[in-house]
Amino acid sequence: MSKKKSTGKDSIFKPLMRYAGPHVWLLVMALVLSVISVAATLYAPILMGDGIDLIIEEGNVDFEGLVPILIKLAIVVAITGVSQWLMSLCTNKVTYNTVRDIRNDAFKNLQKLPLKYIDSHPHGDIMSRLVTDVEQISDGLLMGFAQLFTGIVTIFGTLFFMLSINVRITLIVVVITPVSLFVARFIAKNTFRLFQKQSEARGDMTSLVEEMVGNQKVVKAFAYENESEAKFDVLNKNLQQVGVKATFFSSLTNPCTRFINGLVYTSVGIIGAFAAIGGGFSVGQLSCFLTYANQYTKPFNEISGVITELQSAFASAKRVFEIIDEPAEIPDSPDAVTLEKVDGTLKAENVCFSYNPDVPLIENFNISVKSGQRIAIVGPTGCGKTTVINLLMRFYDVTKGEIIVSSVPIKQCTRDSLRSMYGMVLQETWLKTGTIRDNIAYGKPDASIDEITSAAKAAHCHGFIKRLPNGYDTVISEDGGTLSQGQKQLLCIARVMLALPPMLILDEATSSIDTRTEILIQQTFHEMMKGRTSFIIAHRLSTIKEADCILVMNAGHIIEQGTHKELMDKNGFYADLYNSQFSV
Amino acid sequence: MLKLFKYLKNYKLQSIVGPLFKLIEACFELAVPLVMANIIDVGISDADRGYIINMGIILVLLGVLGLACSLTAQYFAAKAALGFGTELRRDLYRHINTLSHSEIDKIGSATLVTRMTVDINQAQTGVNMLLRLFLRSPFIVIGSIIMAFTISVKLTLIFLIASPVLGLVIYLVMTKTVPMFKTIQKKLDRTTLMVNENLSGVRVIRAFSRQKNEEQEFHDNADQLFDLQIKAGRISALMNPCTYVIVYVAIIAIIWFGGIDVNIGGITQGELIALTSYMNQILLALLAVALLITSITKAQASSVRINEVFACKPSITDENAKPLTPKDNALAVEFKDVTFAYNESDEPALSHVTFTAAKGETIGVIGGTGAGKSTLINLIPRFYQYQSGKLTVDGHEVSEYSFEQLRHKVGMVPQKAVLFKGTIRENMQWRDKNASDEEICRALEIAQALDFVNEKPQKLDYMILQDGKNLSGGQRQRLTIARALVGNPEILVLDDSASALDLATDARLRKTIAEKTKDMTVFIVSQRISSIRNADKIIVLDDGEVAGIGTHSQLFKNCKVYKEICLSQLSAEEVAENE
Repeated sequence: MSKKKSTGKDSIFKPLMRYAGPHVWLLVMALVLSVISVAATLYAPILMGDGIDLIIEEGNVDFEGLVPILIKLAIVVAITGVSQWLMSLCTNKVTYNTVRDIRNDAFKNLQKLPLKYIDSHPHGDIMSRLVTDVEQISDGLLMGFAQLFTGIVTIFGTLFFMLSINVRITLIVVVITPVSLFVARFIAKNTFRLFQKQSEARGDMTSLVEEMVGNQKVVKAFAYENESEAKFDVLNKNLQQVGVKATFFSSLTNPCTRFINGLVYTSVGIIGAFAAIGGGFSVGQLSCFLTYANQYTKPFNEISGVITELQSAFASAKRVFEIIDEPAEIPDSPDAVTLEKVDGTLKAENVCFSYNPDVPLIENFNISVKSGQRIAIVGPTGCGKTTVINLLMRFYDVTKGEIIVSSVPIKQCTRDSLRSMYGMVLQETWLKTGTIRDNIAYGKPDASIDEITSAAKAAHCHGFIKRLPNGYDTVISEDGGTLSQGQKQLLCIARVMLALPPMLILDEATSSIDTRTEILIQQTFHEMMKGRTSFIIAHRLSTIKEADCILVMNAGHIIEQGTHKELMDKNGFYADLYNSQFSV
Repeated sequence: MLKLFKYLKNYKLQSIVGPLFKLIEACFELAVPLVMANIIDVGISDADRGYIINMGIILVLLGVLGLACSLTAQYFAAKAALGFGTELRRDLYRHINTLSHSEIDKIGSATLVTRMTVDINQAQTGVNMLLRLFLRSPFIVIGSIIMAFTISVKLTLIFLIASPVLGLVIYLVMTKTVPMFKTIQKKLDRTTLMVNENLSGVRVIRAFSRQKNEEQEFHDNADQLFDLQIKAGRISALMNPCTYVIVYVAIIAIIWFGGIDVNIGGITQGELIALTSYMNQILLALLAVALLITSITKAQASSVRINEVFACKPSITDENAKPLTPKDNALAVEFKDVTFAYNESDEPALSHVTFTAAKGETIGVIGGTGAGKSTLINLIPRFYQYQSGKLTVDGHEVSEYSFEQLRHKVGMVPQKAVLFKGTIRENMQWRDKNASDEEICRALEIAQALDFVNEKPQKLDYMILQDGKNLSGGQRQRLTIARALVGNPEILVLDDSASALDLATDARLRKTIAEKTKDMTVFIVSQRISSIRNADKIIVLDDGEVAGIGTHSQLFKNCKVYKEICLSQLSAEEVAENE
């Protein structure tokens, strides 16, 4: 897939077509069907005109001639109906396929985007791009395919039929109609700008709603309802003002083009009437022309309507393609090593890293970990502990230096294989909507139920799972639903227990679990960590004290290093930290 | 949808004027075929060029007036629709604000967010369309029939048959597709949920290298959505061709029977053409309806979803609450035999809890996971209503207070450290919007957050991003503690709030709180013995019941559960030596 950066709305058309492209045969079929239906639609007025010409006045009606004409008309109408329906089916298929692919691709790229992007963009915004904006594209495409096609075919078809009846009147129609297009273009140009503004205002609104409604419990705790309502009202007012403009301007297209339509209709009527007086032009032909005048301008109107709709679809497409085309993580190099086994050693050499180039965070970080060691990282909040995890897991890449796992620099192995060497339990528990069973088996989807239960038992969550209404098949809703923070954490631990990778990262893994349970889990962890290199961030001494090596970090540097006893003897930063808990 | 129309009440004028001008425009439009019939019947047959020109001028005038009316109508429709959306959004937002924790748990906040945004937008578009076109179309249909009636009573019969048939087709297609669009909406919700989960769980997903499976799941959902859309599309695509065919069958009938009528001198040729024009106008009007159907059905589905939220009434209200003054010598908080279950049917999360907390006391709450610690403190600001017993704050039962008064007494530090987009100052002014910088700094100091705030170049003006993403977990937690302290609450609740803090910071925090907030009644919920061991009173919870109340040394001697917890965290010497 090409990774061109799309900017203007013109360059959006191409990527859009790249998605519609694979359905080219459907598009062709839709086109053929639209030609058939348009031809049939255009033929109907001629038959009508012929019929009317046979009905001249009292006592002068040719019924014998009328019958075959009306039968023909009936057939033509039937063909129109069927081909219109089939065409809709084709365009539906193309559209829904296209937007599905776009959405899938956007989601796919989301899986590859660097964490930096995901951490620094409002999730609500990304969500609305993948959902609302894609829907907008779908609406735009549907209208685009359905009406742009038939519109263009109708214009040329009508032109052809009109020319075959009367050249002079046709010329009038052809000259006036483009005015309508011009007007429509003018309106569309302004609307695009207004729609963008409206999109922005909506985005602001969505962010606020996400924040406030999403954290409604906090809002209530602070009785902050009135203030949040005041903030909301400001954005709401702004959205209203921008919205009225956007809506009004976009709705100008139809009446304006309809007016020009009326002018065409009138001109055809007058000139046609003159021609009829002069002879050589029948009343039936005039009626036929009047219908055509409507049909000829209608697609112009529709096209302008479609253009407005496409404008907002393009605006949305731009936002969606920004995600699709956002450069993914630098892919694993082709000769990247797939780690299959690690010996548990890890070395960090002169590692430097910062989220923001201006604010250095980790500088010249060096450690050497032997196989099976338990490494605890302690330090005041904000000293870079979690950042170390981000680097070990390669969620972020180091700016300088190297991290070497099992003698392989991690930049030289595939991310997936590196990450699968670690079992990670974070403080922020994350569970997926789905059954408990699926959640525990998240890292090992083919696990048997026995394996799952024994992992759950090891993580001491078997008990409460059993008490849930459907046991292991209980569906946990959004964000863990009614489970307590501690229960969620236990499930996250079970998840890792099941996968049992060779190295472990526990970042405040048991912070929400009561200590009695924790002790039990510690024993399990202890078993589990035998022969496994593990990194532990925790505040609780019980966890830290028994570590083989404690890294004391402050402001991105390791300032002390050693066992609990060594560090206490040293009576430095760590000893202070340790003693401080009893100082009250 | 009808239920929501009350939101147009402030835009009565606009919502009447809009459609009214549309109707006037429609009248002008309906006159056109008659004028054209005159051109044919009078102008052409009498070869009267002057008459034709005059009629032409009339047609242009009709056009100009039509345009003017139409623009006016669009403007008022836009005004009314956006007004509708704005007020609906405002009301729904306020309604959501009245919901208590139980309802929020039940509905789920993600759903609330979609209903606030996507659904309201859809309802708004629906109203706009409705005002602009929905009324106009039936009017044109009826108007055309009336015009046909003035031309020929007999031929009007064709109109009277064709129009209901057209209506029926549209009705059938609608009733078939509406439920389908509902299911489609559900699938879209699921899409939103999946994206949301994927974003929030990005680290776990990548740690387990499950991106491919996530993608697969997303694809499956997208496929299901696709199938539904195709199915619904197949039926709604019937609308246009069916209506077209019906109208042309009617036109064939008009030409045939009209021919008979012309033959016997009933109507003229020009009038026959006018009749077919009217039939065509009915078609165009109904096609406009057809185009609108999707938008209206979507709006309908959305308004049902919006109404669901409105129908969800808060289970706890503070109606009839009067401002209360604290009773003399009353305890800060008193639980008397309080029993609470999240749902009537469930096992109680707390049963028969009784304890007191005097002003200025520090109360520690400890217990295992799911013991009911958070539940206990969530009852104090009345986030949930207990089923039996009595809970008083300053001598008054909590249900007698207005939410605002009760919750203003309490400074809450929730488990999850949530901050909001805005400056640090704005975040700190949540409890007290007039808090001065000195007050804020004092709170920051107690919460051990002043140092890192001062390190930021913008200090209190430092912009916090959504979800506090530009701060570390510990920083966020300290800020949420500071936020609760601003404006000196009478009761401070720390719900396991120090879990992201290192021990030293935690210890300093507790020390400063103890020193600087002497009159504050402090509840500390924690897993850590060290956090609560110095509390005046410790409440030990076990499975929703009180297992013991007392000081550290009392409990260590008498309470088995407490002792176990202690020994799981500290060595026996530590327990003793620091007593």
